Amino acid sequence: MSVNNRHVLSVLVENQAGVLSRVSGLFSRRGYNIDSLSVGVTEDPAISRMTIVVRGDSYILEQIKKQLNKLIDVIKVIELDKDRSVFRELMLIKVNARENTRASIIEIVDIFRASVVDVSSETLTVEMTGDEDKIEAFIDLMKPYGIREIVRTGLTALERGSKEIQSYKKYGEED
Amino acid sequence: MKAAEAIVKFLVEEGVDTVFGYPGGYIVHVYEALRKSDIRHILVRQESAAAHSANGYARVSGKTGVCIATSGPGATNLITGVATAYMDSIPLVVLTGQVPSSMIGRDVFQEADIKGATESFTKHNYLVRDAKDLPRIFREAFHIASTGRPGPVLIDLPHDIQAADIPYSYPETVHISGYKPTVKGHEGQIKRALKAIAESERPLILAGGGVNLARAHTELLYFSEKSGIPVVHTLMGKGAFPSNHPHYVGMIGTHGFSYANEAVSMADLVVFIGARIADRTAGGTQILPENMRIVHIDVDPAEIGKIVGTNIPIVGDLRVILKQMNEKIKKKDTSAWLETLRAMKTEETYETGRLVNPKKAIRILSGKLSDTAIMVADVGQNQFWAARHFEDLPGRKFMASGGMGTMGYGIPAAVGAKIAAPDRQVVAVCGDGGFQMSMFELGTIAANEIDLKIVLFNNSHLGMVREIQNRVFGQNSHTALDKNPDFVMLAKAYGISGVRVEKDEDLKSAFDQALSHKGPFLVECVVDPDESTL
Repeated sequence: MSVNNRHVLSVLVENQAGVLSRVSGLFSRRGYNIDSLSVGVTEDPAISRMTIVVRGDSYILEQIKKQLNKLIDVIKVIELDKDRSVFRELMLIKVNARENTRASIIEIVDIFRASVVDVSSETLTVEMTGDEDKIEAFIDLMKPYGIREIVRTGLTALERGSKEIQSYKKYGEED
Repeated sequence: MKAAEAIVKFLVEEGVDTVFGYPGGYIVHVYEALRKSDIRHILVRQESAAAHSANGYARVSGKTGVCIATSGPGATNLITGVATAYMDSIPLVVLTGQVPSSMIGRDVFQEADIKGATESFTKHNYLVRDAKDLPRIFREAFHIASTGRPGPVLIDLPHDIQAADIPYSYPETVHISGYKPTVKGHEGQIKRALKAIAESERPLILAGGGVNLARAHTELLYFSEKSGIPVVHTLMGKGAFPSNHPHYVGMIGTHGFSYANEAVSMADLVVFIGARIADRTAGGTQILPENMRIVHIDVDPAEIGKIVGTNIPIVGDLRVILKQMNEKIKKKDTSAWLETLRAMKTEETYETGRLVNPKKAIRILSGKLSDTAIMVADVGQNQFWAARHFEDLPGRKFMASGGMGTMGYGIPAAVGAKIAAPDRQVVAVCGDGGFQMSMFELGTIAANEIDLKIVLFNNSHLGMVREIQNRVFGQNSHTALDKNPDFVMLAKAYGISGVRVEKDEDLKSAFDQALSHKGPFLVECVVDPDESTL
């Protein structure tokens, strides 16, 4: 994915204390812009996987990949292609919802295949997953009702098809 | 076995016979185990010197240097030395004590997060959480420090971990899934590089510090001789190629020789060998023409394309790659190109002034030193007086803090160098600023009878900063080191002999006296503050 110089990197790391700090520190230290970073354990409990959305031209992207690869705890770095990958993000959003607006909000929630996870006399809390465009569109539609709070996980992504990240060569290895 | 004893045994397994350090409350278990071992421990007078000495030791011995300090201030005092080693890719294993595991994060006495603090200038670092991990961590640390692009690795050892009881074992192999440095050069890339060299008219080799680190001197010499390609080098690449060789051009960079920089500008193809094209060498001098073809050979893929675009990158160990290339490289007729470069070279002239001419002093000293002498420069004007006028004869060695430019590096690094090579002459060259940043090490030198010669250029100023201020602002400030001590008398207080030289005519006898003297010796040369770097 490289719209507006945005790139999505999928990074396998050792599941060890301090890895997150090493990776995030590398971005701030070298002045690379980072839009989001999500991390969680993988099918192998000793390995975690990060999805990092970065901004930069091809030079910056190349540098980011090389510098990430230099970290001992980083096992593999791949860039996910927009057309060959699935991108998802989870959002929880709390909006104002009174009797007169509740029904119309739920209607939008249904259209987006999101779900209401909490209701109060004044608000509705909605959970939704989707790619960024879908999430942004939903936020836009909620704005007129009054958004109280938003929390997002950041993008997470996987390549389509049967290929796995482990089958890629590490940067610098011979073809 | 007690973990601290296992740690010392790991060091022995790794071939460590000397460590540099300073004990403290939270490293006492390791020190108790050291006391019972055959490892030589050099007690420095401040922790920064332990890291610099281990650095000098590593550069001369080719082994991984080891330094030790306690938690908190001991560890933070090491920081400058660790960063210095990182910038110059020097293999170190740095051991620090840490407060007991149960107290970490509570801001207890002498607690500092040294792992977090050194994250950006260690190749890797560890905070040991389980004593059972110690064998793996030590094995990995020495492996990581010394392979690929070398660098410092820090192991933070909580007090209780050092005292824990563990079954002794030391793994024979290392498996780190994210770390497999490339050794052999890519055959296809090598073919492309050789073709580009064959097509070039004015090829040039630019040798960097990587040649010294990879100990690829023989291979580089053969490569240049077989191909006919002349050689320039960076500050860190000094000594990579003998200065008395007909293919030798000189040192490039902001403080290099203008004819060497000019040579780069004139070349149509440059083969960078273990040079990261730092801002003070080729990057900042704008000597690389846009249409030049670049072959970049480096062990670290991240250095390729970082500063300048590269046509042909080759990643791997320089020695191995040069051997691969040497098998196939063809002789080029570079006689006209060599002649052009030879004609551009200007001979140095040394004028005699009111006080000592430091450039002449280095040249005279260089003439008196043996064929295997080691010169360690500090930082500032003295560094370039030394780098520009010390002759790189084959077998000699020149060392300085290039990347970090750490004042106070010279003397402790020279201590490490002398301990690594007791039979070689070792000279530390410094200014009065850098000397005073590490002069406490006179204590270490005296106590350990380190037979090292110190040449101190005293202009009572921070000369290089003063020079920059004068150039940029037309005036200078805060660079006068007023009321400097009597350095010869200061050395004498430690039982170290020395002489003060104020005129060029007294240099020869002073150096003769220093070199024939058994034991450490200080030669203080009084220099005019207006003496230029170049």
